[in-house]
Amino acid sequence: MFKNIFCPVCGASCDDVQVELKDNSITVKNACKMGNAKFQEVVSEHRIRKPMVKKDGEFVEVSWEEALTKAAEILTASKKPMLFMGSETSCEAQEVGLHIGEYLGGTVDSNATICHGPTVMGIQEAGCAAATAGTKKNRSDVNIYWGNNPLESMPRHMSKYGIFPRGYWTKRGRFDRKVITVDPRRTPTADASDLHVQLNPNSDYELFNALLTILNGKEPHHSVEKVTGVPISIMEEMADMILDANFASFAVGLGVSSSYGKYRNIEMALNVVKELNNNHGTKASIGALRGHCNVAGFNMVASYLYGYPFGLDFTRGYPRYNPGETTCVDILREKDTDAAMVVGADLMAHTPANCASYLAEIPMVCIDIAPGPTPTAADVILPGVIDAMECDGTFYRLDNVSVYFKPFTTSPFDFTESNEDTLKQLFAKIKELKS
Amino acid sequence: MTEVVLTPNTEIDIKIEADVIKPDEFAGKSKEEIEQLIVWQGPDKLPLKNFFDVEGKGGSSAEETSIVIKGDVARVKMIGAEMTAGKITIQGSTGLKVGAEMKGGEIVVEGDADSWAGTEMKGGLLHVKGNTVDHLGCAYRGSWKGMTGGRIVVDGNAQSQIGGGLTGGEIIVNGNAENFCGIRQSGGLIVIRGNAIRAIGAEMSGGTIVVEGHITNFTPGMQYEDEQYDLCFEDIECGGVFKKFTGDFAISKKPKGVLYAGKEANLEL
Ligand code: SF4
Repeated sequence: MFKNIFCPVCGASCDDVQVELKDNSITVKNACKMGNAKFQEVVSEHRIRKPMVKKDGEFVEVSWEEALTKAAEILTASKKPMLFMGSETSCEAQEVGLHIGEYLGGTVDSNATICHGPTVMGIQEAGCAAATAGTKKNRSDVNIYWGNNPLESMPRHMSKYGIFPRGYWTKRGRFDRKVITVDPRRTPTADASDLHVQLNPNSDYELFNALLTILNGKEPHHSVEKVTGVPISIMEEMADMILDANFASFAVGLGVSSSYGKYRNIEMALNVVKELNNNHGTKASIGALRGHCNVAGFNMVASYLYGYPFGLDFTRGYPRYNPGETTCVDILREKDTDAAMVVGADLMAHTPANCASYLAEIPMVCIDIAPGPTPTAADVILPGVIDAMECDGTFYRLDNVSVYFKPFTTSPFDFTESNEDTLKQLFAKIKELKS
Repeated sequence: MTEVVLTPNTEIDIKIEADVIKPDEFAGKSKEEIEQLIVWQGPDKLPLKNFFDVEGKGGSSAEETSIVIKGDVARVKMIGAEMTAGKITIQGSTGLKVGAEMKGGEIVVEGDADSWAGTEMKGGLLHVKGNTVDHLGCAYRGSWKGMTGGRIVVDGNAQSQIGGGLTGGEIIVNGNAENFCGIRQSGGLIVIRGNAIRAIGAEMSGGTIVVEGHITNFTPGMQYEDEQYDLCFEDIECGGVFKKFTGDFAISKKPKGVLYAGKEANLEL
C-alpha cells in the first residue's frame, strides 16, 4: 500500500491518495471517481506502449530512435513550430518544452489558453488578492462559487478545502460558513448553497459591475435587472452577506472566464475583491477552480522564465505575448504555423473544429499515454509517462502552491523515464539536426 | 511627395511582420535599399523583395514619402507601426496592428483592417474605409493607457474593446460597435454612429463616448444626468437628442466619464 500519493487529474491536486498496485490491477482509496479512473490507466490495456510513425496514412511501430529523429525533423523543418505543453505533465517537462520553443523561434502555449487564460489575463489587468487553500479553510466564513459547479467538476474541493473541513476559526465546518453560488444553472452546488443567484448566461460582467456600484454607495442602473435577470434587492442581499463576512472567498470558474466578456469579467471580479479589502474592512480573496492538474504550473513556469503566463511567441528571439495573436487557437485558425507538437493534452478535442482540422493537416508530434483524437491525428507518437504515478516532479495546485510528487511505480519503458526525459532527448536531437 | 509602390508578389503562408513599411524607413533610400529592408517571417529575417515588388524610391524625408501598397496584405502585420510622418495607402485589407503606436502622418486602408489597428496611437490619422475587428486604438495587454492622441476613423464596423484605456485623441466609428467600448477610458472622445452591444463606457473615469444608436445591455454603473441636444466636439458633430450619463460608478466614487446615448434609439434607458 502506497500512501500520500498525488492525484494528477484536476487542479485540486489531492495529496492523500492510497494505492495498492498488483500485476494487472490497481486499488485506489480517497480519490474521487475522476481520479480513480486515471489511476486505472497505469494497468490499462489501451495504453500507448510503442513509438509510432505514420507512413502512408497508417501508424507503423518503429524504434524509439527512429520516432525521435522523425519528431526532430518535423520541428526543425518548420518555419514557425507551435508547441503545446499540456497540463497533464510536470513543470519540469513544461520547462524543457519552453526552451525548445525558444531555441526554434516558435510559439509555446498550454491549456490555460483554452480554459482559465482569461483569468490569468484578468489578473494582469487588475491584480489578485489571493490566499492558499489552507488559509481559506481556516478563515473563510462566506464562500462564493461563481460560474462553476465544484461538486461535479472538482469533486473534493468542498470536502477537502472549501466548505466542510473544520478550520481554526471555522471550528464547526459547514455550519460556520455561508455559501453563495452564482450560476445560470441549478447545479448540485447551487442546491447545496445558502443563496443561489441565478443570473442570465453571459451577464456576469454586469452583475459584478452592479455589485461594485452598490459597494460604492449608488443604485445600479435599473436596466441591470433585465440584463442579468437578478433583482437589485438580491444583489443588495448578496453584498450584505459578503460585507458581513470576516473572510470571504471567491472561487471563479469557467462560467466567468469563458462566457462573453472573458478576462473583463475576471477583472471586475478582482475589482470587487480589491474594493472589499480596501474600503469595507472585509477580508476577501479570490482564486480560480483550475480544471486540469498542472494547468497552473505552466503559467507559473512560463511567467518566471519568460515573463508571460501562456501564449508565448519566440519568433523574434525574445518572448512576446498577445492572446488573440500568439495563442494556439488563433494561430491554428489563421493557419499561422506549419508544424506542431502536443504534449499531455487532447488538443484536437478541445479546439474549435476549424482549428482541429488544420492541426490534423499539418505535421504533428504527440506525446500521450492513450489513444484519442490528438494521437490519431499525429504523425509521430512518443509514448507518454504518467506523472505522479510513474515518475516524480512538480505540479502547481489550483491556489498556485507548488507540490512535489513522488511515484509509486516506474516508467514502463526502457527508452524514457519521464516526459521530461523524452523532451530532453528530443531537444538534444533537435540541436544535433540544427548544427 | 515621392511615391514608392509596393505590389505583393507571392502568396504569404506564415504571416510576416513588416514594421519597416513606413515612410521613416523608406525616406532617403533607393529602390534597391528598400528591397533589402528586413521583414520577419516566424524566426526568419527576409528581405522585403521576397514579398513585394518595389517601384520608386523614398523621398528626402518621411514627410516627403508616400507609400502605396497595391493589393491585399491581410497576412502582413504592423504596417506603419510607430511612423511619425508621411503617408501610407493600402489598396486592400491589412493585417494586425496597422498603425500601432503611430505618432504622425496618415494611413488609409481601403479595405478592412485586422485587430489592434492604431493601438496606443499617439498622433496622426488612421482611416479604415472597411471594417475592423477588436482593440481599435486600444491599450496593449496589461497596459492601462491606450491611445493618447491623433484620430482614427472607421467607415464600417468595429468590434470589441474600442479605445480601451483611451486618454486622448478621437475615434469615430461610422458603423456599429460591440462590447467594452471605451473600457477604462480616462480622456478623449469615442463616437459610434451605429449600435453597440454591451459594457459601453465600463470602468471609465473620464472622457466622452457618444453612441447614436441602440445599446443592448447598458452598463449598470452609469447614472442618468439629463438630456442634451446637438452635440459638437470641435469639428465632430452629433445631431439629435441624447440622454447624458456619468460613470462608471462601479470603479470610482467620483467618476468623470460622460456617455451620451441617442434618445430615440434608447427610450427604455
Ligand atoms: S478532486 Fe481532483 S485531484 Fe482530487 S481526487 Fe478528484 S480528480 Fe483527483
